[in-house]
Amino acid sequence: MRHLMSPLDFTPEELDRLFDLANDIEHNPAKYAHACDGKILATCFYEPSTRTRLSFESAMIRLGGRVLGFSDAASSSASKGESVSDTIRIISCYADICAMRHPKEGAPMVASEKSHIPVINAGDGGHQHPTQTLTDLLTIRSLKGRLHSFTIGLCGDLKFGRTVHSLIGALIRYANVQFVFISPEELRVPDYITELLREKNIPYQEVIRLEEVMPDLDLLYMTRVQKERFFNEEDYVRLKDFYILNAAKMELAREDMLVLHPLPRVNEISVEVDEDPRAAYFKQAQYGVYVRMALILTLLESCR
Amino acid sequence: MLNVGKIEEGFVLDHIKAGKSLDIYDHLQLDKLDCTVAIIKNARSEKMGKKDILKVECDIDMLDLDVLGYIDHNITVNVIKNGEIVEKKDLVLPRQIKNVIKCHNPRCITSIEQELPHIFFLSDPEKEIYRCKYCEEKYSSRAK
Repeated sequence: MRHLMSPLDFTPEELDRLFDLANDIEHNPAKYAHACDGKILATCFYEPSTRTRLSFESAMIRLGGRVLGFSDAASSSASKGESVSDTIRIISCYADICAMRHPKEGAPMVASEKSHIPVINAGDGGHQHPTQTLTDLLTIRSLKGRLHSFTIGLCGDLKFGRTVHSLIGALIRYANVQFVFISPEELRVPDYITELLREKNIPYQEVIRLEEVMPDLDLLYMTRVQKERFFNEEDYVRLKDFYILNAAKMELAREDMLVLHPLPRVNEISVEVDEDPRAAYFKQAQYGVYVRMALILTLLESCR
Repeated sequence: MLNVGKIEEGFVLDHIKAGKSLDIYDHLQLDKLDCTVAIIKNARSEKMGKKDILKVECDIDMLDLDVLGYIDHNITVNVIKNGEIVEKKDLVLPRQIKNVIKCHNPRCITSIEQELPHIFFLSDPEKEIYRCKYCEEKYSSRAK
């Protein structure tokens, strides 16, 4: 029986099989409409996360399965002081697979150690959010046709953004991927990541202005720059527009560049970009459902 | 000069940093063993000035000394059989340590989950870096 705690739990070959399955689901949904008949997914969300939870629920329902669970700690037995270990033992009696989000880092791993059913980490604090990374990889592979040989720009809050860190960690396993980090000084990508890239001789550059590098990018991964991350208001006002993607900046980009964003978007991508055929962030949300469907099937298969 | 007699079978842990022998006593859980233990504190040492020594008379298979590699790999471990030193063990950093250090990341599940052991894995032997099994918080063995 397998669990998913980190995007690196799967080898690149296993990920290829997972993504092949996700693409088959995308093109032949009817074939999978009853693949999980009689199966139950438990969504144990100790903190609210509408998008991720609904994506998991949609995935299971589209496979013919059913869903039960809770959407915040207050409505779970955690409010009575029950441990994660005890909760998952009980959930194992009620469901066939569990997706868990928890504010404490490592909570889904604790659950996986005690569980009789596969556990999927649906986000644990600032630590991991593997299904977001799988979503990003599937989107890139489906729309670009490959997970190697491209230049990806990552823009915004590169210091605290766990989705960015996980995506970099997953992409360095593929050949000829070059990174361009676009962020204010205060929100630069952590040193351990740049050290890792240097160690592996993976090319990267760090810049402050998005316009400078737009023409070089095959992919642009946008994230939100939050005001509270800045030390002072002045710097925020000076820099914030650098990180808002609009039609003028898109004019500098290649015709086949794709824009990704883990969502929710606040104002870092102007709505005028939404109609641009290169805007892939809403398709990305759709791929999030396909990859979760493929993941549920793969993990349930691992129990046989 | 204080004299402590020879032991027949067991370990002599020499070159312990002065004052650290009681920590090692705790980590090795020697209080749980029904055996003779001599704790020598602040013994004179040419190499270290002052040092601590622990003598433990027990079956040599009874103790798991791996944790010493994390605590201080400069400790000399002499294995004694029939009153003689039969082996000097080289200490290496253990791949995993359990309940030796605590994860101080307040966002880690170990901060709230009942009776969850604090487990760390050696992630970078060269830099002596350990990471919490659950949250991957970094701890340097050199910083202790």
